[in-house]
Amino acid sequence: MSTMANDFSATRRLILKGAGVLTLIGLGIVPLDVTKVLAAANDKYPEEAFKAKSEADAIKALYGKTPEPSDKVKMDAPEIAENGAVVPISVTTTLADVTSISFLVSENPVALVASYKIPAGTLPNVANRIKMARTSNVVVVVEAGGKLYGVSKEVKVTVGGCGG
Amino acid sequence: MKLRSAIYLASAALALAALTLASTLPSGAADKVDPAADAKAFRKFFTDKFPKVKLEDFVNGPYSMNEDLYRQWQEKEQFPPYEFSLEMGKEMFSKPFKNGKTYADCFPNGGIGIRQNYPYFDEKEGKVITLELALNRCREANGEPPYSYVKDEMAALTAYMAFTSRGKPMDIKIPNDPRALEAYEKGKEYFYTRRGQLNFSCATCHVQSPGERIRAEILAPALGIVNAMPIYRSEWSGMGTTSRRFTTCNSQIRAVPLSPQDDEYRNVEYYLSYVSNGLPISGPGARP
Amino acid sequence: MASTIRVRATSSGETTEVQALIQHPMDSGFVKDSKGEIIPPHFIQQLIFEHDGKNVFTADWGGGVSKDPYVKFAFKGAKKGDELKISWIDNKGATDTTTAKIQ
Repeated sequence: MSTMANDFSATRRLILKGAGVLTLIGLGIVPLDVTKVLAAANDKYPEEAFKAKSEADAIKALYGKTPEPSDKVKMDAPEIAENGAVVPISVTTTLADVTSISFLVSENPVALVASYKIPAGTLPNVANRIKMARTSNVVVVVEAGGKLYGVSKEVKVTVGGCGG
Repeated sequence: MKLRSAIYLASAALALAALTLASTLPSGAADKVDPAADAKAFRKFFTDKFPKVKLEDFVNGPYSMNEDLYRQWQEKEQFPPYEFSLEMGKEMFSKPFKNGKTYADCFPNGGIGIRQNYPYFDEKEGKVITLELALNRCREANGEPPYSYVKDEMAALTAYMAFTSRGKPMDIKIPNDPRALEAYEKGKEYFYTRRGQLNFSCATCHVQSPGERIRAEILAPALGIVNAMPIYRSEWSGMGTTSRRFTTCNSQIRAVPLSPQDDEYRNVEYYLSYVSNGLPISGPGARP
Repeated sequence: MASTIRVRATSSGETTEVQALIQHPMDSGFVKDSKGEIIPPHFIQQLIFEHDGKNVFTADWGGGVSKDPYVKFAFKGAKKGDELKISWIDNKGATDTTTAKIQ
């Protein structure tokens, strides 16, 4: 019983601590060492890109340019998603100097799903599970050597990932 | 080869038709209940219908029926979504009740590696006892309130108990007791009886149409379907028990579900588990 | 429940493969509950993996990432026994951190 109680209060402390950080950000005075999560400036969360409705606006907000097609980016996605709530998508690329990989779903209410920063020494391969509201193109954008590349694949969704 | 499998199929279909017919006859008309022969015919029906599916793979439900789905499942199993529930179940299982006893005190072998023996027929009580029922009875006997049968804690506990039994063949016994045979027979009757606005029986979907889509979903074969319980369903965004599966199946065919652990559900689980004897326990499972 | 984060980090000599599963509702803010009311957005925004004081992977997430999110990646420069630090922060400011040993 007592361990339960401890767990709960620990969680609460975490949340309270987090809330404090958020308030500081709001005031624009967050010191760099407040939490490791928000450590480096280039790790800033791309708030605007995650507000964009369309895929084009999201890509522009993230990278400030448009991607060109590439046969060096391979996306692995199902033909028909078993359930739109959990669609496994993975990407590998043979492009050199990859710095970022982003996943977008054209028909989702917010197109950008995830954006990964790839520092030197990390391989340009990412797998994740995403939600899809309906049948849509899934777009993967890879930033490599300062240029932007994109691939797109349609995934059919018969059970949407935004229902109950 | 083709002709041969066609003959098998036809004979299996005939056998099934005979089964269905038998179960719709008024009780007493079918003079002899033979569960062992039932189970053999049941298994043969599925292995004939799906000659490419390995026997032990039937427990993987819709994933055994469709390659694209199978790949998505393989990916999910790398870090399965039931992981948190399983871990919660493990913690709960070892945590003592207020009186100092634990779940282990209620079960043979401390509850480890015994999932394949549930449900069993209790000759003292004259009824079928499922694992979920036994868990709640264990709680009540130790002064703890029972859990909801459909998800959360009950799913976590059964997930852990299934996990410790993975790979063990389902091993349901029908004791030499006319009441046990009757429970089995009633379960079978429930399974093949049509109900609800859609007028479907359990068998309509899970015997006649596994591998096919009903609306958007691919139907699981009845053979081994209970071996994977409890399951994390993406559609539920969470875990569900055998009770949850039965009640939601009934709702989906627009029938009024019974209460979880109603005698009839216990009998269906008894029937369905018995005819899945020999197939491995694979729970907890992940489903679309 | 000790941590919301489950990690498997396995080294195959040169590269370390990392898989993480995190317990989080990842509510997008576009889904209604059974009463027809919108479930407010509640999702992890940033997930960071650090090895030897250096970021090896940063995930920026929106509400379109699945519930109990999963991610897999691989990096070079670590060896068996090294520690990997994982932390996340969500849109409500909640955080969690854990450390895993590379196997």
